[in-house]
Amino acid sequence: MGKQQKPLKRKLSEATFKGEKSKESESSQDSEEEDLLKDQIIEDESSDSEAEIDESDLDSSDNEDNEFAEEESEEDSDDLSSADNSEDENDSDAEDEDEEDSDNSEDENKIGQESGGPISSESNTKQIENEDELQNSSHSQKHKSKAKKSHEKQVTSVDEYAEDTSDEEDIRNTVGNIPKNWYDDYKHLGYDWDGKQIVKPETGDHLDEFLKRMEDPNFWRTVKDPQTGQNVILSDEDITLIKRIKAQKIPDVSFDEYAPWIEWFTSQVEKMPIRNFPEHKRSFLPSKSEARKVSKMVHALKMGWIKSREEQKKIRAKKEPEFYMLWNTDDQADEMRRIHKHISAPKRLLPGHAESYNPPPEYLFDAKEMKDWNKQKNTPWKRKLHFVPQKFDSLRKVPAYPRFIKERFLRCLDLYLCPRAIKMKLNIEPESLVPKLPSPRDLQPFPTVLAIEYKGHTDMVRTISTDKNGQYLLSGSDDCTIKIWEVNTGRCLKTIKTDSIVRCVEWCPNSALSLILVATGNEVLLINPAVGDFLVTNKTDEVLKEVPHSDVIISDRIKTTVQWCEPEQELFDRGVRAQLKHFKMVTQVTWHGKGDYFGSVMPDGQSRSVLISQISKRRSQLPFAKSKGLVQCILFHPTKPFLFVATQRHVRIYDLIKQSQVKKLLTNSKWISTMAVHPGGDNLLVGTYDRKMLWFDLDLSTKPYQTLRLHGTAVRGVAFHKRYPLFASGSDDRSLIISHGMVYNDLLQNPLIVPLKRLEDHKSFNDFGIFGVHFHPLQPWVFSSGADGTIKLYSN
Amino acid sequence: MVSKRKKKYSTGEGAQFMTRKAALKKLQLSLNDFRRLCILKGIYPREPRNRKRAQKGQSGIKTLYHVKDIQFLLHEPIIWRLRDYKIFNKKVGRARALKDFENLKRYLNSHPTLKLDHIVKERYPTFIDALRDLDDCLTLCFLFSTFPSIAHVPRDQSALCQRLTMEFLHIVIEAKALRKVFISIKGYYFQAELKGQTITWIIPHHFSFEPQQKSEVDFKIMSTFVEFYTILLGFVNFRLYHGLNLHYPPKFVSMSPNSNEKLLVDEDIFVAERVNALNVSLLKTSDAVDEEIEIDNFNSEDGPENIEDAKKEAENIKKLKTLFKGLKFYLNREVPREPLVFIIRCFGGEVSWDKTLFVGATFDENDESITHHIVDRPSVSKQYISRYYVQPQWVFDSVNARDLLPVNKYFMGEVLPPHLSPFIDKDRDQQYIPPEERALYDPSILEEQHKKDAMEMEDQDEDEDSDDDAKEENESPETENTKKKGKLSVTTGEVYKEIPWEKDRQEKQAYRLREKMIKKKHRKLYKSMMEGRKDRAKEIWLLRKKRRLHDEKKAGEKPIKKKQKAK
Repeated sequence: MGKQQKPLKRKLSEATFKGEKSKESESSQDSEEEDLLKDQIIEDESSDSEAEIDESDLDSSDNEDNEFAEEESEEDSDDLSSADNSEDENDSDAEDEDEEDSDNSEDENKIGQESGGPISSESNTKQIENEDELQNSSHSQKHKSKAKKSHEKQVTSVDEYAEDTSDEEDIRNTVGNIPKNWYDDYKHLGYDWDGKQIVKPETGDHLDEFLKRMEDPNFWRTVKDPQTGQNVILSDEDITLIKRIKAQKIPDVSFDEYAPWIEWFTSQVEKMPIRNFPEHKRSFLPSKSEARKVSKMVHALKMGWIKSREEQKKIRAKKEPEFYMLWNTDDQADEMRRIHKHISAPKRLLPGHAESYNPPPEYLFDAKEMKDWNKQKNTPWKRKLHFVPQKFDSLRKVPAYPRFIKERFLRCLDLYLCPRAIKMKLNIEPESLVPKLPSPRDLQPFPTVLAIEYKGHTDMVRTISTDKNGQYLLSGSDDCTIKIWEVNTGRCLKTIKTDSIVRCVEWCPNSALSLILVATGNEVLLINPAVGDFLVTNKTDEVLKEVPHSDVIISDRIKTTVQWCEPEQELFDRGVRAQLKHFKMVTQVTWHGKGDYFGSVMPDGQSRSVLISQISKRRSQLPFAKSKGLVQCILFHPTKPFLFVATQRHVRIYDLIKQSQVKKLLTNSKWISTMAVHPGGDNLLVGTYDRKMLWFDLDLSTKPYQTLRLHGTAVRGVAFHKRYPLFASGSDDRSLIISHGMVYNDLLQNPLIVPLKRLEDHKSFNDFGIFGVHFHPLQPWVFSSGADGTIKLYSN
Repeated sequence: MVSKRKKKYSTGEGAQFMTRKAALKKLQLSLNDFRRLCILKGIYPREPRNRKRAQKGQSGIKTLYHVKDIQFLLHEPIIWRLRDYKIFNKKVGRARALKDFENLKRYLNSHPTLKLDHIVKERYPTFIDALRDLDDCLTLCFLFSTFPSIAHVPRDQSALCQRLTMEFLHIVIEAKALRKVFISIKGYYFQAELKGQTITWIIPHHFSFEPQQKSEVDFKIMSTFVEFYTILLGFVNFRLYHGLNLHYPPKFVSMSPNSNEKLLVDEDIFVAERVNALNVSLLKTSDAVDEEIEIDNFNSEDGPENIEDAKKEAENIKKLKTLFKGLKFYLNREVPREPLVFIIRCFGGEVSWDKTLFVGATFDENDESITHHIVDRPSVSKQYISRYYVQPQWVFDSVNARDLLPVNKYFMGEVLPPHLSPFIDKDRDQQYIPPEERALYDPSILEEQHKKDAMEMEDQDEDEDSDDDAKEENESPETENTKKKGKLSVTTGEVYKEIPWEKDRQEKQAYRLREKMIKKKHRKLYKSMMEGRKDRAKEIWLLRKKRRLHDEKKAGEKPIKKKQKAK
């Protein structure tokens, strides 16, 4: 029956569907009746299969049944099944097209089940029959009664047809058990015995149905046969059957569920043997194989291979580790730690206030910090804290920390995976790294305040110089003028115009001569400024008036380099006493200490870039035959006949008498800008464009004694004071830095360098700051000329 | 004779280090076994001084072990145990595959076990060493004691952890060794001092186990750690118990063996029993006389101040040990009992809880002698007059302050003052100290500040008044003079006033110049140190600002509230 249940149910559902439809159309009948109707229709459906069972019953049991009856029963079943099918059709029609596919498959399933159903029921019934045979000695009697019953049923079915008014002819369908929807598109349903098409009966519209419902008293028991498309009226018996099945009772009314139990196989031992032969000897003797097994076990137990349960329990209990006194004393090692140079793992950092469950309010993140936190989602190691501080107003509200296990795990990983090394922790104050230097207050005097400002130049002042006594200040500017100022008053005494911008001016160190050297364009001018002592100026003029005659033949090399010219009248009026025309632009001129020789630099002059000229003989010399690089600047040694030549990266010292190189100083910088020599002559200060100042102690080594990074940008001017242990440097960052540079006579003591004061009064112009730096020859004062066209005097 | 040329990396750093791969090859172990061995033996990779040389010229970053460490592992007996495991696994796997259950059972019964006693001794030659390294051990054991049976964590491991941590808590109670406590969002921090070593551990907040992602946490590794740590903790416990003349293992009241299985089933019951056990003292004679050791005055190099400090500290600690002595605490239902019972018992208090909910309550709620009733809810329907109803934070803060704090801030339903960490090093400079903490060191500060503020306000008013007066006085005679004398007058010379910050500025400038004279060698170091200092200062500034804003906001709220109340 189990197999049959399924299709039954499905059919039931379909039936309910139909019932509902009918319900909708129904209007006049009572609700009670409706319910009944529904039930009945369901029962209708289930009765189909029941009928089949009955039939099979008949088939199997009634061997001697008459043909007529059999035929009739067959008819019956066929009719019923056809009615079923037709019903299916109707349903599928009623349903949406979308659902049709699924219906098809359902139908197919049904076929399988239907085909399976009767067989199983058949076998079931057969079994029952067999049992019946066994049971009842008077089975024939019962059989008879059953046959009678079936006969009666046939009769009823005949009756049913008698009631059937629609069609009397035999229209059994021959197409078999196929899905009826295959015939959806045709007018016929199948073929009858004669091979003629069975035309689909006309389906009435809703109105017809409604009318039928209203008029026909048997409407509720009318079922459509899917095979023939005819309406079949179910008999009362069918309906009772359906009702029984629905109530989950055995469909056969006559079956006695509570028949007395017959014990076929009893527990009572028979006194006499059933079999005729005696027991085998084996059953009396102990088994050898078993004995072997037992002996094996005994042996295993003896040997301890197998443990009894109690023993096992003991062993299991023993699995807990045993502890004993491992260390006898607190801190004395019984044996050495054998691991090589053990580095114990650092302890975890202890929590701060932020980790508290109720931290002070300032530790909680504000919106910005929260944003930062979220931003660093992918780089959590950059976060300041590894958690978000939270505040809970009571302890019971604190939730579990979700990362707790993860953090423990990470610690474990650190312990066994993280490389360890001993790192010395520096426990010093940063102040201790600053060298201990004497206080600037102890190193006075040095210039500290801006005393006088010399205004008058309209363009940047590249160069300044003072006369030997410090009375007058000389300045050369890009506005093509040279100005002479009175130092103490700041008054401009004289302005001398030149043809092009003035790159270098230098006052003659010889106090007997009133003479200045001016480098402008391709020329070097010797100018008598005519300031100061009248006698001196006159004498200078006299000295320069007469051109000394010499028989020395000037070589072509020098001739092409420089030409001594007598100034024209116009120039002479300006004060020019001699004019040297160079073949290239002159950037720097410098006096020898005695004031007779001077040197001039033409960086583009290749091997002829350095020129030394003598005023008294009006003659020039080219000291070098070969160029050693781009010459930046030259200087005469204050006491010895040495010449310092700064090329782009090195400073070379030449002995002018021996005509040889004495030293080569390695500056380790990219580009030298300027240099100044200490009046003692043993120390050299080099300024570079790469922000550094290098102090060379010539006695010490060829490498800088000290590299000073006092300035932020290129250093353009450096100067030593002639008397005081001071030096100054000016740079493009507009700052003039005064430093203390004490050189000791004692050879054992290295020079002491202390930066003293930073003065920032110049303005920046085209990214230039200070160009020239010059100390007052007598006083601890310093002049600085800037790109803003002013000269400033700082005094102590 | 030409001497044989030295091969590269045969001496020096190149010969001292070994990559992990080479170590595996040498030990003939799989990576898993090697990891296990390293964890158990405490072998760790080392950072070489010159990585390139140590890696024998290979590029990339490799895990480098010291050759001697690997040689040390080579002689380790448990290596053979690990190999036995391998064989065992093979046998069991085979038996299981063949469904040879008889043999399978036999194999499983003869499961090889690791004995780690000698490793404990080897890694920690002295007891002090073991105590020093107990932090991680305790934290992990406490964590594992909360674990249910999960993959890679055998049930008896977590049971053992439960037992050992329990024993440890008991010994801390008996030794009165607890010093600092802290409630963090991660859990409860406890710091104890045993044999002069500070041991800090965390107990997570009591919640059920949260499953972790496989990619996040590998319980196998943690379990290996715990395997060693349980042995270590067991031996440490043993020695600590013997140090106090107690028998080890101790027998706890309700921890009967037959209830053991039941406990594992129901965690709540287990926790209840555990807390109950905590509440019963191990020593039968609880009034043990504390040995009092007078610190003699030695004329050592330490100087009198240090000795004074030490004496003071000793006195403080003595006071701390009996902080809750004579007090009776009653824990309300919602209060986390385990940490509180532990703390209160550590400092000599008596504690109980609702008898109907958990076992082991020693006295009832209606006991009149209860002094403190710890509540963590806004209100309680039935209150007794004879006791204080305080929030649990009071206990923690009192312990950290080493004194019974006034309870008024901690009453039931009050807004609690911030809970501060006791682990902040007071002596470190450049760190932010919240005002509450400063008040802790010196309670007068806050009051003074308030007073000062008030005074300043008054002063300012006065100053303004006096200034005005002076001006008026000054002006009046001058005006008269000018009127009288007209053009020919001698104005009083202005006194050159020194700008007060000018000197400071100049000094700063001089220092800035001097800064530039730092040797090249130290320049970067100096720069980074100064940067660090600046960062710290900025952080302090930020915290201060946040606090100020908060206070201002709060101050702004208060009057509004008052107004509302008035309405």
